Amino acid sequence: MATPAVPIGSPGPAELAPLGTRASSSYLYPLIATVVLFAIWELATRFGNISPLILPAPSKILTTAIDHFPVLLRMSAVTAYEFVLGFLLAAAIGLPLGALIVYSRPIEMTFYPMLVAFQTIPKAAIAPILIVWLGTGIMSKVLIAFAISFFPIMVDTIIGLRSSQPETVYLVRSMGGTPYQVFRHVRFPNALPAIFGGLKVASTLAVIGAIVGEFVSSDTGLGYLLLVANGELDTRLVFACVLVLTLLGLAFFFAIEAMEKVCVRWHVSARQAEAAASGE
Amino acid sequence: MRTKGHARSELAAVVAEPFVRIVGVEKVFSSRTRAALKAVDNVSFEIASGEFVSIVGPSGCGKSTLMMLVSGLIPATRGEIVIETSRVNRPYANLGIVFQRDALLEWRTVLDNVLLQADIRHLDRTKFTPTAVDLLARTGLAGFEKYYPWELSGGMRQRVAICRALLGNPSLLLMDEPFGALDAMTREQMNLDLQRIWLQDRKTVLFITHSISEAVFLSDRVIVMSPRPGRIAADITIDLPRPRKLSMREESSFGRYVAKIRETFQSFGLLKED
Repeated sequence: MATPAVPIGSPGPAELAPLGTRASSSYLYPLIATVVLFAIWELATRFGNISPLILPAPSKILTTAIDHFPVLLRMSAVTAYEFVLGFLLAAAIGLPLGALIVYSRPIEMTFYPMLVAFQTIPKAAIAPILIVWLGTGIMSKVLIAFAISFFPIMVDTIIGLRSSQPETVYLVRSMGGTPYQVFRHVRFPNALPAIFGGLKVASTLAVIGAIVGEFVSSDTGLGYLLLVANGELDTRLVFACVLVLTLLGLAFFFAIEAMEKVCVRWHVSARQAEAAASGE
Repeated sequence: MRTKGHARSELAAVVAEPFVRIVGVEKVFSSRTRAALKAVDNVSFEIASGEFVSIVGPSGCGKSTLMMLVSGLIPATRGEIVIETSRVNRPYANLGIVFQRDALLEWRTVLDNVLLQADIRHLDRTKFTPTAVDLLARTGLAGFEKYYPWELSGGMRQRVAICRALLGNPSLLLMDEPFGALDAMTREQMNLDLQRIWLQDRKTVLFITHSISEAVFLSDRVIVMSPRPGRIAADITIDLPRPRKLSMREESSFGRYVAKIRETFQSFGLLKED
């Protein structure tokens, strides 16, 4: 009997890892880069004779953000509501539609060309029409966020569901498995890494969609506040809006990435991240 | 030796029905973009219950297609396959399959991969867990139940795939070049392991390989297929004592079987020597 080999991939002791590959470095490196960037920016605005109307100092942006915290929070809630709802709608429609297209050739032939054509329309171009249809309220922004973020979810679902190893499908069928069981036990779990790829791309697009909608017509939200501040030449507040928007987008992206880590721990990409963190 | 094989199957026909009967089977793959391809042409043979039969042949001769036909996963263009008393038109209920690629589900642990069949058939997995643990122990994987496939070596993964096929105690085991992707040392070990497992309860096995010596080492009978379209070129009964040892491969009796199969290959114009 062969003695079982030592399993590969068991995490090695972190002490032996070369400097710069420890787990903490995955936070340290971007932190250093960000701090350096902002330091250069700060120095440039202080000693570079740049008008604060064109580029305010980061410290000033930060104090403005703190001064305007209540309004920024209120506007953030509106914008976040729009892009999260738009994104959820995109997932709720993109995932089943992708599955239908994989499983039904007639549905694929009927809808796929139309969906691709729709995707090539710049969403900013149809945003005014959607506002005419749905009014200047929240729903028009939700719909624009949906329209801009649904395509990557659908396409990546299709790619994921089609990328099963044929043998794994044969195997489940040889055990008397139904098409639903093949989907549940093979195709769907196998598609999850691709689906999360699509969801992550979509999460950033949904934020863009909500802002585009607010730019076209609205009376609330971060996009609205940004336009108002810009009209009043309050460059600091404009930057404060951008800062908050960036933080919101990042938080949303990382929330989905955290979900991915729970759902697809087994996948190559997760393993590589783990191996890098443990210094292998 | 051909005559001997016939004598044996005739005898089997008198005593009991053969376990698997393949009668005039033909498979043509047709595609809209390419010319139709005849992979298997008029193949007929029988496998007795408890017999270990190997099919060897040059690559692309349709031996994997033949196994897929026996599995019931793809339909034959012509002819019929009968397992026990029923004609195959869907996968036989008591079947185990091992492919060249281990086809482990990466999101399941080793134990959950072995238990896949219980989940698919809606059986109580707690009843099968002791069997699964025992199978893993018998193949040298005790203690690896909670590992994920990516943490295992190629040989260990393939052993998990074999355990998975054996979970339901199948009466027919189909193996399509299961050790083809393994290194030579691991492959020899796997041959020994497979023989040992097979000797414990003598399942009916159809084993596809391109290795002549592997076929002779493992089998009761070796069927040699011609290049595409695959036909049966020889049916050779291997009359060597069991359990067979690796050292037997150097003995003259073993060598005669290997030479005979190689001669059949050479008669196709393959394996040219200057």
